[in-house]
Amino acid sequence: MAKIQLNGKKVVINSKYSILDLLKKYKLANKKIAVEHNGVIVPKVMFKKKYLKNRDRLEIVHFIGGG
Amino acid sequence: MKKDIFKVGGKSLKSRLIVGTGKYKSLLETAKAVKASGASMVTVAVRRVNILDKKKPLLSDYIDPKKTIFLPNTAGCFTSEEALRTLRLAREMGGWKLVKLEVLGDKKTLYPNMIETIKSTKILVKEGFKVMVYCTDDPLLAKKLEDNGASAIMPLASPIGSGLGLQNKVNISLIIKHSRVPVIIDAGIGTASDATIAMELGCDGVLINSAIAQAKKPIIMARAFRDAVISGRNSYLAGRMGKNYFATASSPSKGLI
Repeated sequence: MAKIQLNGKKVVINSKYSILDLLKKYKLANKKIAVEHNGVIVPKVMFKKKYLKNRDRLEIVHFIGGG
Repeated sequence: MKKDIFKVGGKSLKSRLIVGTGKYKSLLETAKAVKASGASMVTVAVRRVNILDKKKPLLSDYIDPKKTIFLPNTAGCFTSEEALRTLRLAREMGGWKLVKLEVLGDKKTLYPNMIETIKSTKILVKEGFKVMVYCTDDPLLAKKLEDNGASAIMPLASPIGSGLGLQNKVNISLIIKHSRVPVIIDAGIGTASDATIAMELGCDGVLINSAIAQAKKPIIMARAFRDAVISGRNSYLAGRMGKNYFATASSPSKGLI
């Protein structure tokens, strides 16, 4: 198990989880989103290779209505 | 007559009206208003995904980014760092290079912080972004933005969401005269006639959000703005008559009985 900070909330995930695994879990894998891992933007091609570890900070963002 | 094309940041737009997608009652109402406005570009915000609600509808379920150009905006950012972070994430989301920069300086007036804005513009241009920039109506600062590579100058008509309309026509006219990039009025427009006035002055476009979203009937107001922008543009292209202090009769005096 690993404890991560996902969009400001504490979330427990399996150890050996990649970003892609996490996106799948939240049904976001095919959505227009962007991911920041510990303050660094992760290119889409790296989602599969980037594994999450304890105390990682992850931000997943998307477009919403705005002015 | 030569075709009147509105080009900004390398994109040709069918309408000179750009609309925001915030403050609507629902995403359905947003989509309907956008359609009624005839706009081919909409501003959008970048925010955290709601991870607790997997079924929450998305903006892109209602407005197709393939048909309508999404213009990612940094609304709500108060520092250069926040704005840069937001736009880099937006670019990563789907290759968006054309963006709207907005760095605010004060919570009460939402007035732009021009020092941070100019600083951010420089960095974004260097990184290959095409930046449309929200700014004050100061002609010298607007010029400075253009000199630093801004793709469009977006001066405020009055504070964001105030609905006070165009408060400084003289400054906006000066900005238009001195700019080689499009000048788009952003913020403060209250009603359709305000947009017409801006277009008659020679603005290349207007960006409207609150005036449509907060109208009693947003979809009808969206239509009003569509027509107001077209009218204002035509009026500008036609060139208004001169002003006289005294009356000039419309009917000929020759042949009077």
